[in-house]
Amino acid sequence: MRLYALAVYAFLYLPICIIALFSFSEGRSAASMQGFTFDWYLRALKNPFVMEALWTSVRVAFLSAFMATVVGTMAALALTGMHGRVRKMFDLLVQIAVMIPGIVIGIATLIALVTVFDLVNPWFEPATGWKLSLGTGSLIGAHGMFTMSLVVLLVRGRMETLDHALIEASSDLGATPFGTFRQVTLPQILPAVLAGFLLAFTFSFDDFIIAFFVAGAETTLPIYVFSSIRRGVTPEINAIGTMVMVASLTILIFAQVLLRRTQAQPRR
Amino acid sequence: MLDALAATGKTMQQDQQMSNSPDKTIASDSVAEFIGTTKRFGSITAADGLSLRIRRGEFLSFLGPSGCGKTTALRMLAGFERPTEGDVLIDGSNVSGLPAHRRPVNMVFQHYALFPHMNVAQNVGYGLRQRRPRMPKAEIAQKVAKALGTVRLSDFSDRRIWELSGGQQQRVALARAIVNEPKILLLDEPMAALDAKLRGEMQRELLALQRSLGITFVLVTHDQEEALAMSDRICIMGNGRIAQVGTPGDLYDRPRSRYVADFVGKANILTAEIIETRDKLVTVRLRSGALVAVQQNPDDSRAQADIAIRPEALSLAAPDAPLPVATATLPARVTHRTFLGDHTEYLLEADDLGTLQVNVPQQAERVSGGHDVGARVHVLWPEGTGLVLAADD
Repeated sequence: MRLYALAVYAFLYLPICIIALFSFSEGRSAASMQGFTFDWYLRALKNPFVMEALWTSVRVAFLSAFMATVVGTMAALALTGMHGRVRKMFDLLVQIAVMIPGIVIGIATLIALVTVFDLVNPWFEPATGWKLSLGTGSLIGAHGMFTMSLVVLLVRGRMETLDHALIEASSDLGATPFGTFRQVTLPQILPAVLAGFLLAFTFSFDDFIIAFFVAGAETTLPIYVFSSIRRGVTPEINAIGTMVMVASLTILIFAQVLLRRTQAQPRR
Repeated sequence: MLDALAATGKTMQQDQQMSNSPDKTIASDSVAEFIGTTKRFGSITAADGLSLRIRRGEFLSFLGPSGCGKTTALRMLAGFERPTEGDVLIDGSNVSGLPAHRRPVNMVFQHYALFPHMNVAQNVGYGLRQRRPRMPKAEIAQKVAKALGTVRLSDFSDRRIWELSGGQQQRVALARAIVNEPKILLLDEPMAALDAKLRGEMQRELLALQRSLGITFVLVTHDQEEALAMSDRICIMGNGRIAQVGTPGDLYDRPRSRYVADFVGKANILTAEIIETRDKLVTVRLRSGALVAVQQNPDDSRAQADIAIRPEALSLAAPDAPLPVATATLPARVTHRTFLGDHTEYLLEADDLGTLQVNVPQQAERVSGGHDVGARVHVLWPEGTGLVLAADD
């Protein structure tokens, strides 16, 4: 049984470790280890295509996570105030949204966007001189929609454990509904909101499938890695992969710590 | 700024006016009023046609078992619930549609509901920081310091909430409410989370605070001892309705109904036949045939009624002992005897009558030497004690 468990872990993590290990290889092959060097990391960081893709990824991840956090938090607050069948239905929809495969979301979003663009552009373009098309905007939209449900789930979880009497106390002491949100509700759910933001950020940053469908001419880092594999894998790809992994893991661990703090907060 | 003090002065003034011309001051005498106030949650009626005047400066308790509507009444005063029918007035103006944050009342919550992300001083100053136009920071700090002094927590202003004990948290909650100088201070079972010893201490402190501030206190509790100990008046509730309103003494000595007699203190309740009424006294025949004279219930014309008598109003005598005058006797057998320090509680099986409880003070117990379980005794019922209860609604 233990051996079996070890085998599963090895199967899961060994390839990742090997990628990280080979990123330090001196040779040109990404599949063998010869010597030790940081050269591939330097080359990756000096590569203008990599840097441009990275910048696009960061921008998209930040903006989509921001959008998801704001809209998701508002949705979570609204859901907390709801009761009965409507609330159950929305809860279910949010949970389903997290489970739908990326490829379905990618295709669906692509078709939806293209249809909308075709409908809107004939009068929008002459009126404003702008033509709506796939690109950063559609990426942010698609990622924002997808990651919003993550934020809703996290914030809802926190709202469930929040003592409703705190909100009543604030109102009793003369705070307006917005005042209560700013001074009591938000500080109480802030760790969950931040964790939601970080999670949304990494989801968007690491996402390949949805981005592949809706990015249009834009290149995010995962798309760059995918396309360069077709030109032959060098340890430079390993280096990029390792850096992305370390960055994502750091953010995720930070999000976990935030969530832990939410739960461990002393109660009255 | 000196509202709290001014309020005390006003009450005294009004009391004087009251004695001269009672009609003129009725409106300003009440700080809040329920007028036929009903609250329904779906098919459940939590509060059913409440009508009650809360007097300025009094300590009023809503007393009743859980689900009797006392908390709903309090929440309608605070503004957390909107009455389905009827109105709630505060200081003469209708506040039925006014949300909590626009009402001049403050509440001490059952579990205090202190803000965990603020320290003690920030919690206490919260209400003052909501004021528009803004109150100067220095003034807020000064008022917070004064409120913390009032609840003897001056050295705790920088503490985090979770560093405080239950009693200290409650005092912070109290300071957070009174610093706003509310027209009414609402207390929702504030002692429920404290242990018994601390509870007695807090009761005395709360009472002293109420007397010195002159603010009207409205307390919700299911603990009859707490209500009796602290209140000027008690409003007993059952099934969403007001069962009786009165001073603790009133409710104890003259419970209107079986429900009230049962809820406040202990009472023997017996069914009896009304024989004749004379000079506020009613002669009734118990089921065993014994005749006793009890207090009359005004405007009563029933032939049969429940009568109530407190266990300490009855006494015991050996069957061969001489009987005092103007006393009815009921033969009985002792079934239980419990020594309770200052008194001994006897449970008896009275002939053809059922169970009776009699509390004998320790002094009398020492003189008589007590009565063993199984012994035959006479239960003595002095003329004019006990009273006729109104029919339960």
